[in-house]
Amino acid sequence: MHELPVINSILSVVLKHAEANQVQKVVTIYLQVGAMSDLEDTWMQQYFDHLSKGGVAEGAKLVIERMPVVMRCNSCGHSFEINIKDGTKPVCPSCSGEKHSLVSGREYIIKNMEVL
Amino acid sequence: MSDTVRLIEVKEDILADNNAMAKALNDELTQSKTCLVNLMASPGAGKTTTILATLEKIKNDLKVGVMEADIDSMVDAEKIAASGTEAIQIRTGGFCHMDATMVRTGLEAMDFGRFDLVILENVGNLVCPAEFETGAHINAMILSVPEGDDKPLKYPLMFSICQVLLINKIDYLELSDFNLDLFRQRVLSINPNITIFEISSRTGQGIGPWADWLKDRVKTITK
Ligand SMILES: Nc1nc2c(ncn2[C@@H]2O[C@H](COP(=O)(O)OP(=O)(O)OP(=O)(O)O)[C@@H](O)[C@H]2O)c(=O)[nH]1
Ligand SMILES: [Mg+2]
Ligand SMILES: [Zn+2]
Repeated sequence: MHELPVINSILSVVLKHAEANQVQKVVTIYLQVGAMSDLEDTWMQQYFDHLSKGGVAEGAKLVIERMPVVMRCNSCGHSFEINIKDGTKPVCPSCSGEKHSLVSGREYIIKNMEVL
Repeated sequence: MSDTVRLIEVKEDILADNNAMAKALNDELTQSKTCLVNLMASPGAGKTTTILATLEKIKNDLKVGVMEADIDSMVDAEKIAASGTEAIQIRTGGFCHMDATMVRTGLEAMDFGRFDLVILENVGNLVCPAEFETGAHINAMILSVPEGDDKPLKYPLMFSICQVLLINKIDYLELSDFNLDLFRQRVLSINPNITIFEISSRTGQGIGPWADWLKDRVKTITK
């Protein structure tokens, strides 16, 4: 059920742009989702199918590109990607600093969509 | 009707509206010298018990209000009110998180300017509350020992957005296979800046240092 609010927000942005562009049917939606997101692709598609029934976005396919988690080192400012699933403490590859701030990895961006 | 496929540029962050509303609410809270804490955790991790234990330590120094978000019950707000602290219950009507608009409605209903600190007990889950900003100055989370030390791997976003983590039910540690060192390492790998306290809201262990930290932060924010 936790996919619902996020999918609802995606759908409302899609419908807003569909209306503004006099779209008959939305075919494909290209999304960029940060690797921090706990939502799984197949569930996102299923919830989308459910919520979009009866509208111009019914049947649209979600193409989800996972965006890397990027940290910026607090001491030297270097930006680097990390793997959050391996559970090891990330160190800055440039200065070995251990304090960093999240730059990206938690976004949900609708990049563009293919429509009829 | 044409059947050629067109490409429409959208480039829109779907959480942008909520993020903007959260930012505006946060500014307003700061102006009225009210600190908002957004407390998040799984169902049963000990949110309400921890709020009650914390109130005992801080209520002589700070004017505190509590906002309870629940899918459909009044139980938690009644518990808080029975302890002598003002509490308001927000029924989310099936929603599994609070967004900035819902939080604003609750804060306005309780006339938030009267408080130094408002604690929001968010809906019990580690997924949606992490996605939706509430306007809080401090995102706090509880992870209780029985839930297991693997949770940072499963819910990294929640661990990444919090400034403080309370490891609750520490009295249960001996009976479990929870590995504290491994857990801390997993949390710090996602969020090296997080402050961690080990507590038991049942025995009161560790509540003092956490309550002192909170008082200190509230004083800085509401200065
Ligand atoms: N052993 C032990 N039990 C605790 C501790 N803190 C809370 N509990 C128990 O855990 C259960 C759930 O506590 P609550 O405070 O209601 O948890 P909650 O997170 O508010 O739960 P929901 O609001 O239903 O999501 C209760 O039976 C508490 O007595 C603790 O430190 N140690
Ligand atoms: Mg509760
Ligand atoms: Zn560095």
